[in-house]
Amino acid sequence: MRYVDEFRDGELARHLAAAIGSEAKGTRRYHLMEFCGGHTHAISRYGLGDLLPPSVLMIHGPGCPVCVLPIGRIDQAIRLALEHRVTLCSYGDCLRVPASHGLSLLKAKAQGADVRMVYAVTDALELARRNPERQVVFLAIGFETTTPPTAVAVQQAKASGLKNFSVLCYHVLTPAAMHAILENPAGVQLDGFIGPAHVSTVIGSLSYEPFARDHGKPVVIAGFEPLDVMQAVLMLVRQINTGRAEVENEFTRAVTPEGNLKAQAIVNEVFELRDSFEWRGLGALPNSAVKLRPRYADFDAEARFGVGYVPVPDNKACECGAILRGEKRPQDCRIFGTACTPDRPVGSCMVSAEGACSAHYTYGRFQGPARANARGDMQ
Amino acid sequence: MSIDLHHGRVEMNHGSGGRAMAQLIDELFARQFANDFLAQGNDGAMLPAPAGRLVMSTDSHVVSPLFFPGGNIGSLSVHGTVNDVAMMGARPLYLAASFILEEGFPLADLLRIVESMANAAVGAGVCIVTGDTKVVEKGKGDGVFITTTGVGVVRDGISLSGNQACPGDKVLLSGSIGEHGMAILSQREGLSFDSGVVSDSAPLNGLVEAMLDSGAQLRALRDPTRGGLATTLNELAKQSGVGMRLDEAAIPVRSAVSAACEFLGLDPCYIANEGKLVAICESRDADRLLAAMRGHPLGENAAIIGEVVDDRHGFVQMTTRMGGRRILDWLSGEPLPRIC
Ligand code: SF4
Repeated sequence: MRYVDEFRDGELARHLAAAIGSEAKGTRRYHLMEFCGGHTHAISRYGLGDLLPPSVLMIHGPGCPVCVLPIGRIDQAIRLALEHRVTLCSYGDCLRVPASHGLSLLKAKAQGADVRMVYAVTDALELARRNPERQVVFLAIGFETTTPPTAVAVQQAKASGLKNFSVLCYHVLTPAAMHAILENPAGVQLDGFIGPAHVSTVIGSLSYEPFARDHGKPVVIAGFEPLDVMQAVLMLVRQINTGRAEVENEFTRAVTPEGNLKAQAIVNEVFELRDSFEWRGLGALPNSAVKLRPRYADFDAEARFGVGYVPVPDNKACECGAILRGEKRPQDCRIFGTACTPDRPVGSCMVSAEGACSAHYTYGRFQGPARANARGDMQ
Repeated sequence: MSIDLHHGRVEMNHGSGGRAMAQLIDELFARQFANDFLAQGNDGAMLPAPAGRLVMSTDSHVVSPLFFPGGNIGSLSVHGTVNDVAMMGARPLYLAASFILEEGFPLADLLRIVESMANAAVGAGVCIVTGDTKVVEKGKGDGVFITTTGVGVVRDGISLSGNQACPGDKVLLSGSIGEHGMAILSQREGLSFDSGVVSDSAPLNGLVEAMLDSGAQLRALRDPTRGGLATTLNELAKQSGVGMRLDEAAIPVRSAVSAACEFLGLDPCYIANEGKLVAICESRDADRLLAAMRGHPLGENAAIIGEVVDDRHGFVQMTTRMGGRRILDWLSGEPLPRIC
């Protein structure tokens, strides 16, 4: 149980900060993207920005499962709950994401829809088993970390012949989003990535080789603890200073080169690539999400209830799209902290704890715009 | 024939005002809570009026699960109200207790709950002097809801209020945070894991007496229950129109709680406590107050965790253990485990 303290040791953080401070050259900028919302959260939660020199700029990435779902996908879930009267099970964060017509899943619930917050897909499965007269739909979101448990649940449902359980599958893929960001010529210029923690335990560090090899961008996979993040920044600065572009693994205590082969096999057995999936901010990306394979088609809620996806544009004032592409920061949004707050979110990035706007509002807004402007060169 | 407290269940007529209800009251509540005031057997309790100012507070208790490591809804309903009265600097004297029972609830469980209420009342030195019981149909309640109301008397010269914090004052915390909420969370359906964390539910009136005895100039006391330490500090800052600066490294958190928080992606500052208090006191008296707190068993891990500052935004800011700064904000929604 000493695990946590070990990785939060303030003394070590100061040493790392000093090393970054002395090795980062004042004559250049280091534009580093932390892909994952978990890292965004850790950076804000521990005030790590205060420990970095002005030349090191952290840019928030799109790795927040709730943030990247476009409005039309939430609408789709709401239609299932309101029109098809299913019992819709979702992780808590999803419930508050603003959708069309001033609705959210939570507001649909207040209108009488049967929406349940669950902590895990197994809760939804159990609900289906206990209520055979109800159609139970699990709103499956998340990157590669949450895909294996969904796959297992679908396998179990099939094995036990469960007729009233299905999955609204919005699982998305990390490397596809990283490609999209690097391949946008008008997009943000990056010098390196902090690679995801939990996602990488599943997909393994080899998955990031193309970013180093083909794009010349260093990637350092890091755990979610604050010292992990500091260590990863130091490793990136060192790679950049020496002109290297490699995939390095700071999170060796959990991540292997190949990842979790068993989990990958299960996912592969249940899911196949979608041709295209629309992301908030990143647009429709080919091969960037998964759907159920034909042999599990019975468990696909989209097919079972015939609810199609209808794209809907974002709220005009909301900058979530640009924030998810790393092109803007929360404080660049005109309604940040005024019309849009965690209690009354306008965009998805203000909803989830992993969202950049929520993290900045919750932990960093004392800094105000002055400090923000000092970093404004990234746009 | 007496009620079968071991195998019986709550029935609708236990709340209907008839003989069954009288029997339940006699054989369960009156027997467990036994005191002269209750023994009067009237619609209300006649109490001697103490000299000085009275404090009155009420709280409804709804907790799932009803039984958790370190207590149950019964002990919690006593501690909760005793502590609310004590946070006003008052000595709690009497409690009233109202029960809403769900039809079909096992009487053996009710007995356990009432027993632990009785024990908690003895432990806190208060009498449960009057009460009420209602029964709702099965499906219309969640087992047992308990509302307790407490009355206490304030010593002369003591006047605590959340609007009295001044820049320069010190912020003290009586012990490690997050234990009650984590004990409950670890038992929740769908999240069951063995954190080994036990609720800190306890009566704080003894600790408060010791703090008042120290003679330190106290401004306010608050118990950081729902919403945790962060919520309490934000309430105090707002009420007093000030900000706060905290030192995260000074806030005691047991390693089992921080590990469980880490696992779930939660922040212990937002997790409920039921046996901890926050004190705001004049700076020059802080050490004296700290010594008095540490001299009491429920304050042995007490710490000075920060100070009150001038801040027109009313921000509660914290220097993190890493040395960076952050806001310790109001909670928005329920604390939720992370998805990825
Ligand atoms: S502050 Fe709100 S509206 Fe603005 S970008 Fe963030 S989530 Fe969207």
